[in-house]
Amino acid sequence: MNDTTQKRNTMEIVKANLAKRYAREQRFRAYGIAAISLGMMFLLMLFISIIGNGYGAFMQTYVKLDIEFTADRIDPEGTRTEDALSAGNYGGLVKDSLKRMFPNVKKRTPKKQLYGLASSGAAYQLRKMVMDNPDLIGTTQSIWVTADDDVDMLVKGHIDRTLPEADRRMNDSQISWIERLEKEGRIEKRFNITFFTAGDSREPELAGIWGAAVGSIYTLLVTLALSFPIGVATAVYLEEFAPCNKWTDIIEVNINNLAAVPSIVFGLLGLAVFINFFGLPRSAPVVGGLVLTLMTLPTIIIASRAALKSVPPSIREAALGVGASKMQTITHHVLPLAMPGMLTGTIIGMAQALGETAPLLMIGMVAFIVDIPGGAFDPSTVLPVQIYLWADSPERAFVEKTSAAIMVLLGFLIMMNAIAVILRKRFERRW
Amino acid sequence: MDNVATAEHTDFEENTIAHTSDMGHSTATVSRDVRKTVGDIEAENPRMICRGVNVHYGDKHAIKDVSVDLGKNEVLAMIGPSGCGKSTFLRCLNRMNDTIDDCHVTGSISIDEQDIYDKSMDVVPLRAQVGMVFQKPNPFPKSIYDNIAYGPRIHGLVEDKEELDHLVEGSLRKAGLWAEVSDRLAQPGTGLSGGQQQRLCIARTIAVSPEVILMDEPCSALDPIATAKVEELIDELRENYTIAIVTHSMQQAARVSQRTAYFHLGDLIEVGSTEQIFNMPRHQLTEDYITGRFG
Ligand SMILES: Nc1ncnc2c1ncn2[C@@H]1O[C@H](COP(=O)(O)OP(=O)(O)O)[C@@H](O)[C@H]1O
Ligand SMILES: [Mg+2]
Repeated sequence: MNDTTQKRNTMEIVKANLAKRYAREQRFRAYGIAAISLGMMFLLMLFISIIGNGYGAFMQTYVKLDIEFTADRIDPEGTRTEDALSAGNYGGLVKDSLKRMFPNVKKRTPKKQLYGLASSGAAYQLRKMVMDNPDLIGTTQSIWVTADDDVDMLVKGHIDRTLPEADRRMNDSQISWIERLEKEGRIEKRFNITFFTAGDSREPELAGIWGAAVGSIYTLLVTLALSFPIGVATAVYLEEFAPCNKWTDIIEVNINNLAAVPSIVFGLLGLAVFINFFGLPRSAPVVGGLVLTLMTLPTIIIASRAALKSVPPSIREAALGVGASKMQTITHHVLPLAMPGMLTGTIIGMAQALGETAPLLMIGMVAFIVDIPGGAFDPSTVLPVQIYLWADSPERAFVEKTSAAIMVLLGFLIMMNAIAVILRKRFERRW
Repeated sequence: MDNVATAEHTDFEENTIAHTSDMGHSTATVSRDVRKTVGDIEAENPRMICRGVNVHYGDKHAIKDVSVDLGKNEVLAMIGPSGCGKSTFLRCLNRMNDTIDDCHVTGSISIDEQDIYDKSMDVVPLRAQVGMVFQKPNPFPKSIYDNIAYGPRIHGLVEDKEELDHLVEGSLRKAGLWAEVSDRLAQPGTGLSGGQQQRLCIARTIAVSPEVILMDEPCSALDPIATAKVEELIDELRENYTIAIVTHSMQQAARVSQRTAYFHLGDLIEVGSTEQIFNMPRHQLTEDYITGRFG
């Protein structure tokens, strides 16, 4: 009797508390959803702003010019040798063509502005055409050439035509020429291949991301080639072979500390050691790779040790039990099982390295480099530094290039993280 | 059988002498609270001989002066309350304890007149000779075939694929698993049921043709039907192997073993034929354990 009443009491107490417990759970869930929503909102804002700013850079304005390939301009001596062809005055051809279209422009300044409608890159384009096919000399062709960045900006609507003349980058006559060209169907926006194939340039319409991307690739290759084997070897030694003593404790603490050292310090170290002491070239991916290796090593070591620790001891015992040596146990069983974790750690480290800017500024990878690097010892820059450089440039056209470069960098990062996920899924094993 | 005759039920007394064997060589003398083993520690036809084995985990004295033989074609069951050191002792027999940093083993354990803790002894061939089956089935996360083939491969036991196929089939047959898995050798061993996994582990052990098989509670993670199968298997294996099995189930010990050793807090209290241990234990502690007064 007493027992049952007590039981009822317990049940009542539990029930009374139940509502409160559920409410707490609900509230907790709401907090979680709110936090995630906030995060997603910021992410969305980031993406909208970057894509909104940057998508324009994937298109480039072109102007159709009727180019008369006069022998006078290209090869006055008529030798037709390669040297002579390459020395021709191709800029003159562009100017001639514009002059023919707008014969009324007579004064010096407006003339200069008129010639400025086409990019300085147009001359290179024409030279290449003639070099490839000298038969063009003497003919007249309609050719689409890259427009100047100001024209590009006007066409894309980044220059407000309604503003008073003094407040805009282009005066009324420039705009009237462009409007005439537009009317004649001589202005067109096309996919901007240059952006994906060229190196940096002072002219926004000629600037591309490829140089920086190649620099990043070389830098990351050096980083990967050094940090993965060193990191994994260190982790395996510390986890499997090292005796437990004061020294290994000190090493462990130091590795963890290393992970927290500001990256600029690694840059200074790289400058002092690799460039000043070992005399490696400045601005080179090899030095960048070495510096980033120092930076990524702790990440890889810590992740690899965690991966090794997570391999169940029963697997080691099984291998040892059938007579595998310690080394065989590690290479045949432990490492393959730890590999997904190690690879994930490595890719996360690589992604960090890809986005790293500060230490690379210290070793001179911030230089203005036009050529696409041909190897790890050539001067180059990397994607994040390129973004930094463009963000710092005054031309309006670099604003969209900056955002576009950010998109490319994010693309690389997303790709790397996707690879990490795929690897993890692929090698994942249950035991 | 001197030491058998003098055995008394007066436990908790301190003994200072070690056992003497028929061969006449006496082993290390040990003092402190070591209990003298009751019963016949020797087997008729010994395969492994342990004398005066002591194991320390750091300061903890986990095995205290244990001497016992493993007889050829015989199953030795080790029973006792948990934490009494059964696993520790078993793991000494193939030096599995080497992997534990602060574990120190003294005394002599010999196979073929060779002390396995001798400096000249290589653990790799030893572990091929003295195989082990663990408490939790632990197949490699590889195919069934590769699970069995791994040992022969690393030891170079086979010349070609055909021979290996043969060995894999033979091992699986001996473990009574062939009929169940012959059509899915390429599938992962981890996908089998618990009992099948444990028999796979036994097959893996057999594949390197050991002479002694150590089993540490091989059935504790299995259901009764799988347990019955493994027990049956152990009985069959006895024909060709020397087996030591740790078990917490006295029924199991009674069913599969010929000799039984009872451990208590690191001491080997009593050894004898299984029949004798279960029907008329000589030591009070053994009797208490068997009759279920503790454990
Ligand atoms: N790795 C270890 N380190 C320290 N002490 C251990 C270790 N393994 C076992 N022990 C101790 O040794 C004693 C015997 O353990 P064990 O052999 O596992 O017992 P059983 O298998 O009979 O249950 C226990 O008291 C246990 O706490
Ligand atoms: Mg145990």
